[in-house]
Amino acid sequence: MITPDTAGRIGRRSILATAAAAAVAPLGSPFIIAARGETPLRIGMVDPLTGVYAAPARNEVMGAQLAVARINAAGGLLGRQVELLVEDSANDVGTGVQKARKLIERDHVDFMIGDVNSAVAQAIAQVTAENKVLHVVSGGHTDTITGKDCHWNVYRVCNTTRMEANAVSEVLFRKYGRKWHFITPDYAFGHTLQTAIEANLKRLGGIETGAELTPLGTSDFSPYLIKARAANPNVLILLVQGQDMVNCLKQIVQFGINRQIPVAGTQQELESLEGLPPDARIGTWMFEWYWNQPGVPHLPEFVADIRRVNGGKVPTARHWFGYTSVMTFALVAAQEKTTDAVKLAHALGGFELPPEVKLQPNRVTYRAGDHQLMLSAFIGSAQAHGGADPEDLFKMDQVVAGDSVAPPVADTGCTLTWPT
Amino acid sequence: MSAAGRTGAPVPLAIWVLLLLAPFWLGPVGGYTALGTRVLVLGLAAMSLNLLLGFTGVLSFGHAAWFGLGAYGAGLALKFVALSTPLALLLGTLTGGLAGALLGALIVHRRGIYFAMVTIAFGQVFYYIAYRWNSLTGGDDGLRGFARQDITLGPWHLDIAGNGTAFYYFVLTCFAVAVGLMALLLRSPFGRTLLAIRENERRARFLGIPVELHIWIAFALSCVFISFAGALYALLNNFADPNNLHYSLSGDLVIMAVLGGMRSFWGPLLGAAVFVVLQDYVSSLTTNWMSFVGLLFVLVVLFFPRGLLGILRRQGTA
Amino acid sequence: MTQLLLFNVTNGLIIGAFYVLMALGLSLIINLSGVINFAHGGFLALGGYLAFTLSPFLGFWGALLVSPLLTAALGLVLERLLIRRLYGRDPLYSLLLTFGLAFIFEDATRFVWGAQGLPVTIPDFLGQPLSPDLFFITWYRLFMVGVVAVSVGGLFLLLRHTRLGIRIRAGTLDLETVSTLGVNVGRLRALNFGVGIFLAGLSGVLAGGQLGLDPTMGAGLLMPSFIAIIVGGVGSLPGTLVGGLLIGVASGVTAVFLPSASEAVMYVLMALVLLARPRGLLGEEGLMT
Repeated sequence: MITPDTAGRIGRRSILATAAAAAVAPLGSPFIIAARGETPLRIGMVDPLTGVYAAPARNEVMGAQLAVARINAAGGLLGRQVELLVEDSANDVGTGVQKARKLIERDHVDFMIGDVNSAVAQAIAQVTAENKVLHVVSGGHTDTITGKDCHWNVYRVCNTTRMEANAVSEVLFRKYGRKWHFITPDYAFGHTLQTAIEANLKRLGGIETGAELTPLGTSDFSPYLIKARAANPNVLILLVQGQDMVNCLKQIVQFGINRQIPVAGTQQELESLEGLPPDARIGTWMFEWYWNQPGVPHLPEFVADIRRVNGGKVPTARHWFGYTSVMTFALVAAQEKTTDAVKLAHALGGFELPPEVKLQPNRVTYRAGDHQLMLSAFIGSAQAHGGADPEDLFKMDQVVAGDSVAPPVADTGCTLTWPT
Repeated sequence: MSAAGRTGAPVPLAIWVLLLLAPFWLGPVGGYTALGTRVLVLGLAAMSLNLLLGFTGVLSFGHAAWFGLGAYGAGLALKFVALSTPLALLLGTLTGGLAGALLGALIVHRRGIYFAMVTIAFGQVFYYIAYRWNSLTGGDDGLRGFARQDITLGPWHLDIAGNGTAFYYFVLTCFAVAVGLMALLLRSPFGRTLLAIRENERRARFLGIPVELHIWIAFALSCVFISFAGALYALLNNFADPNNLHYSLSGDLVIMAVLGGMRSFWGPLLGAAVFVVLQDYVSSLTTNWMSFVGLLFVLVVLFFPRGLLGILRRQGTA
Repeated sequence: MTQLLLFNVTNGLIIGAFYVLMALGLSLIINLSGVINFAHGGFLALGGYLAFTLSPFLGFWGALLVSPLLTAALGLVLERLLIRRLYGRDPLYSLLLTFGLAFIFEDATRFVWGAQGLPVTIPDFLGQPLSPDLFFITWYRLFMVGVVAVSVGGLFLLLRHTRLGIRIRAGTLDLETVSTLGVNVGRLRALNFGVGIFLAGLSGVLAGGQLGLDPTMGAGLLMPSFIAIIVGGVGSLPGTLVGGLLIGVASGVTAVFLPSASEAVMYVLMALVLLARPRGLLGEEGLMT
């Protein structure tokens, strides 16, 4: 298996040693402490450790490794140690599918996690469904994964675009007013996200002054920003992600557009804010998970454990996705006392994450109808400098429960077909 | 020394035996059937490229474009035309083959570095089309929503959709047909003429050979074969994505050909096998696999420019 | 609308100027040594990252000068150790070698500086727009154009008036004759390579200030440089200059009407040029066919 550079080099068979080295707090009840020495239980993880999504992917892996270390330190799962086999999809569908097949056919993994890239995630989902392997999509947001293209064996931890849209629309409307202008990445993710927000805007009685469709990987946003400024909206809604988000925000600040038109959007990530110069850390956003939530039990231990393996840096939402993906398998397998994919997939419908795992205030459950995790949305604004902690770059205003923003199952287009 | 069959009977025979028995020996040595299928598909692609690279002496560095077009052609056929695997293969091959033939006509007068640069740049045109034309190709998300279909011939039913081993043999059959055609082509007078152009273009021209026409036909045929490989790749993954057309895949295919030995018929297949297995293996061991692959490029260029089969042959004749 | 168009032409020229800087380095190496340097993007990223590491000690201005020099030094080492062996051989081999180097560069950059994007701090006054009306032209963009103008001017002066430059130009036309005249071709090629890589490093620092740093940044900027060279004509440095500006403007203008085609338009332009003038706009007969 492979590990991110920051976590040091770890050989394939030495995950058990890692568990000890991580010096983790033993977890309580859900895990059965029993005999060792049996073949380990294997979790396969396919993520783009190289390429443009390398940063979030490596964070997901780190989170997953922490989960495995904690499980093993607490005696393993179903009496067996857990082994995490990580493969690089290199942000390429062909490679991702290949690696998934390798993990299933050769390594006989019991569960599968992946991928940050929605396209790879969907392609892997076809393979896991074909081979009846329980699969958690850790970081791909495209709606169809738990919508039109859903599978009986596939659950998803991160949000859908419609959940993101619903979480922020009303807040932004109240805060900024009714005239919105969009900067949207020109591919499926951006399109569905914009459509979802537009529907909300219309319902709230707002108007859209225009939408700039920017090609994925745009480095110069000035043509779009000029048009957007000329339209004179109340707020500029940024739906771009990753490096595009970084470039767009930087240019907005350089051009001084933010002094006339406030900036906001849906999903924002700590990875992006940290890649920005301080004066460009602006705007109202939602985080899918945030590390600094006062009064949430078990959170400080999680932050401390990640810091230990992450060069002192705090966990991002991606760490939590990876962590939660592994914990999902562990919890449900321990509860059902089996690794049978069909039984576990059934049991996960409606399954609620315990406080040790959810690390947020609201109830967090997997919805039975579309296999989507109902995680909370953290709404607030970016800040130039953290207060007590330099990485506290987000000022949280409110936490919205996931089931209050998710569209009803009937609207997702998901029809689950179970194997007979 | 160059054309098919001249390597002597034992090598091709050994290759066919190994390929035929692959599903049985891959597992015990730590492989898996899908890896074998991937080697076959990429090996076929590298061999197609080598028609041009090794046997005509023309450096195309954008061949992934035609490979990817084959993949998208096959995927679109399955998605929008009909649920038929043979039809998908046919349409995929035609898509890439026709596009390649058209473009070949535009650039066939260029040589050397210029030819390489133009092929890279034009290859990227198709990459951007696949990447940007969301409504047709799915853009960055790739083309999905299609799956290879079982093949029924009268009472005979081939479960290639659900059975990985059956699909391997299906791909092997396709591979055998394509490789057979390539071998026939290279043994024909046309193939001999290509060699003559490779060895000395000026002399070939003086002999009255229409060099441009020959290179254009070789380019087009090479595109047809590689599109066929691309179509098979789409069936292997049940997916087509823009990376199938990216110049980095072109580079991979060229290194496979060179690594195995681009002056020999089977070299590119061997190169593909080594490259795919090595990448698969190393990328499981370390996140820094890119450095190893890069190092492989450097080492091959510096120490094995004639490729593995080139070395073997030299030792054989020495 | 006119204003929008005017702006985008201006903006296209600014972007084009940047392509020129990168393409000139690439072009120099192709012309004299027949090497298509795929690792050019890797050198570019390295230049940017070195500036990131150096700027706390040297400041932005120091880093702007020193990191391209360091990048060029590494370029000279690699030329000496690896690329030199391939001169005169089939261009296939240098292509593959630099292709492999590009992989190593990306991986090494990620290994040293991490996968996450990094910001490069530029002096405050450069980050400001010229005026509220011309808000889209920041001083930094103007500064980039200035640097490009100075570099291009310097390069052309060097080529026209210094002994090294004259030899490089002569070598581009006929290396054999230059060699028989007693010029040390090996050294000439090495120096030429160093100059090319210096330009790559400089582009990297400028790009870092504008866009931030990312291990994959080099690969994305490589293709426009290729097209600039082909459009201008392989073998012609003035051609590369024209080509770079032209594709910059073309993609800037297209972004107004059809954003999703803003990259494709470069390729369309290239196809048109190749149909009308197979050797590129300023390419000459007999050179680098």
